[in-house]
Amino acid sequence: MTTLNMVKAINAGLRKAMERDPKVILFGEDIGRLGGVFRVTDGLQKDFGEHRVLDAPLAESGIVGTAVGLAMRGYRPVLEIQFDGFVYPGFDQIVSQVAKFHRRMDGALAMPITIRIPYGGGIGAVEHHSESPEAYFAHTAGLRVLTPADPQAAYLTIQQAIACNDPVIYFEPKRRYWDKGEVDESQLALDLKAVADPWRARIVRSGTDVTVACYGPMVRTCLEAAQASTDVSLEVVDLQSLSPIDYETLGSSVERTSRLVVVHEAPMSGGIGAEIAARIGEKYFYALEAPVTRITGFDVPYPASRIEEYFLPDLDRVIDAAERVMRF
Amino acid sequence: MVDERVGAVQLLTPEGQRVSHPEYDINLSDAEFRGLYRDMVLVRRIDTEATALQRQGELGLWAPCLGQEAAQVGSARAMAPNDFAFPTFREHGVTWCRGVAPLDMLAMLRGVSNGGWDPNVHRCGPYSIVIGAQVLHGVGYAMGVQFDGAEDVAVTYFGDGAMAQGDVNEAFVFAASFSAPVVFFCQNNQWAISQPRDRQSNIQIYERAAGFGFPGVQVDGNDVLAVMAVTRVALDRARTGNGPTLIEAFTYRMGAHTTSDDPTRYRLAGELETWRLRDPIQRLQVYLSRQGIADRSYFDQIEQEGDELAERIRDDVRAMVPPTPESMFEHVYAEPHARMDEQRSEMLEYLSSFEDAAG
Ligand SMILES: Cc1ncc(C[n+]2csc(CCOP(=O)(O)OP(=O)(O)O)c2C)c(N)n1
Ligand SMILES: [Mg+2]
Repeated sequence: MTTLNMVKAINAGLRKAMERDPKVILFGEDIGRLGGVFRVTDGLQKDFGEHRVLDAPLAESGIVGTAVGLAMRGYRPVLEIQFDGFVYPGFDQIVSQVAKFHRRMDGALAMPITIRIPYGGGIGAVEHHSESPEAYFAHTAGLRVLTPADPQAAYLTIQQAIACNDPVIYFEPKRRYWDKGEVDESQLALDLKAVADPWRARIVRSGTDVTVACYGPMVRTCLEAAQASTDVSLEVVDLQSLSPIDYETLGSSVERTSRLVVVHEAPMSGGIGAEIAARIGEKYFYALEAPVTRITGFDVPYPASRIEEYFLPDLDRVIDAAERVMRF
Repeated sequence: MVDERVGAVQLLTPEGQRVSHPEYDINLSDAEFRGLYRDMVLVRRIDTEATALQRQGELGLWAPCLGQEAAQVGSARAMAPNDFAFPTFREHGVTWCRGVAPLDMLAMLRGVSNGGWDPNVHRCGPYSIVIGAQVLHGVGYAMGVQFDGAEDVAVTYFGDGAMAQGDVNEAFVFAASFSAPVVFFCQNNQWAISQPRDRQSNIQIYERAAGFGFPGVQVDGNDVLAVMAVTRVALDRARTGNGPTLIEAFTYRMGAHTTSDDPTRYRLAGELETWRLRDPIQRLQVYLSRQGIADRSYFDQIEQEGDELAERIRDDVRAMVPPTPESMFEHVYAEPHARMDEQRSEMLEYLSSFEDAAG
């Protein structure tokens, strides 16, 4: 066990993935000598060379589009998009090419591309640096979507994402980058299948009254809410995978608690919470004692940073929602 | 580092020597010369003050334009009042020349707004953050000018890094295709965060124009006179229906990329020293003194004006309070939108529940 923050944990995971498979290459803006603006790739170019850790020209469509060709040539590209709001110039390549190539070729070619995107708010940044665009990607068939909540999960899931033969959009909760946690580097083993299944949700805190489904940056917020909630007992489920969503784990929790609150930073309408509410409503209608409730960002462009605290779900809003569903 | 400026248009050497160029020249009144000096000094003062304010926690971030004052002031002062500028987040010298109040330049970086001014009042767009996006906007604006039969010109600003973006290259195609009245003003400050220019372009930037079918010119970006002369010609070309020009202003980002950046990780200190000798303000000052256009008392007076401006900024920035929480629902749509009303009420109701609890 070592204590690492999430930046260091992902860095360690990338290193392992590169050691395991010589076809793994990293590609992104400023990821070489600088080590990325968040230093996630720090030291990797020095250790693996410029042919495996490549500084890309400043063009996201170029980064994603060339990764398609690299994948066709047998490489396993791991891309870094510098910030959430800068993925859109590459969105066309992701949605029309990366996501659909395998289907288009009747399975003859895979697209084992991992696209790392630091996402979410809470760091006092200027526009385009605080967005949560996960729903766009989860809505796109052919893409898998993962988001780790703590260093241990990050360390494992980044390796599993890279090893996966499907394209994975890997959302890193940037405001949790510097949170420290215990990381067991030994269990990451050579056999990635022997460790926890990345596509399964995790019950990170058991409780009896209300299930709180969350992911990425909101997991810590919801754990803190569960800790602070005196009257209502919260069971916190970290979804981790947003495509596919593990309804088995989530549903069995809801069957026990009969109440569900979904929490995410992204705006409400058309979001992950909407999908979960619909699915749980369809499959677990008779288990529910209250409507599925969503605590999310508002349906507005991410606001100027001095008022972002009013946009972001916090501990109070989560507890308030839990109490509301209890009163229903 | 190879000095690539061989051939770059220069009218004032780093030593403050006036030189002639076969194609470009400039004649200014003494007042205009002094005006350029004043602009550059005050812009530098705003810039260093903002950098300090970020250190003190008053701003979330700042992208310094240190070293690029001549490129920005020279080009923006060449524009006519009705021309329209499309800047990026580093163009404080451009917004200054377009009459944007220094405090408004800080609004976005203080986190109280995502913009800061009315583009139509200043004929200057917002600080564009998404690299390259505003270059297409500039071309579209110019196409509109052309359709209107008007004589305005759009000037789009971007960096060497932006030369790689699809948007910028598409902007070149559209501008050439429609012969749009636009000036592409690229400040090649040698770096795009940690990436040197040759990662984006393995030929010199101005040379790229030829492939798109319009002229490209490289100018000493630290020579305010040359920048102004070259920009005037490009504006004139556009205004008279001869289409776009790409200007590469060869300059240097003397500061960090932003206040969050640590350039010692990727570039050598010696480079900065070389460029200090080419300081854009210094050389104009030498020239003005030698020509007797301005003297010590004038320079002191501008220095003092800078001090006063900086003091005002320091005082006023603290008074820039955050907007109300519910303001986030304003201007999302230009027309009434039910969802905004609904969510605004929900937010206000929730916030007032704390007051009830407290009261
Ligand atoms: C589409 C997009 N991708 C990435 C970024 C992050 N980023 C901000 S500035 C910058 C470098 C810009 O370099 P250049 O165009 O030379 O302008 P300079 O910063 O030198 O003024 C990068 C990569 C961004 N703002 N937009
Ligand atoms: Mg640059």
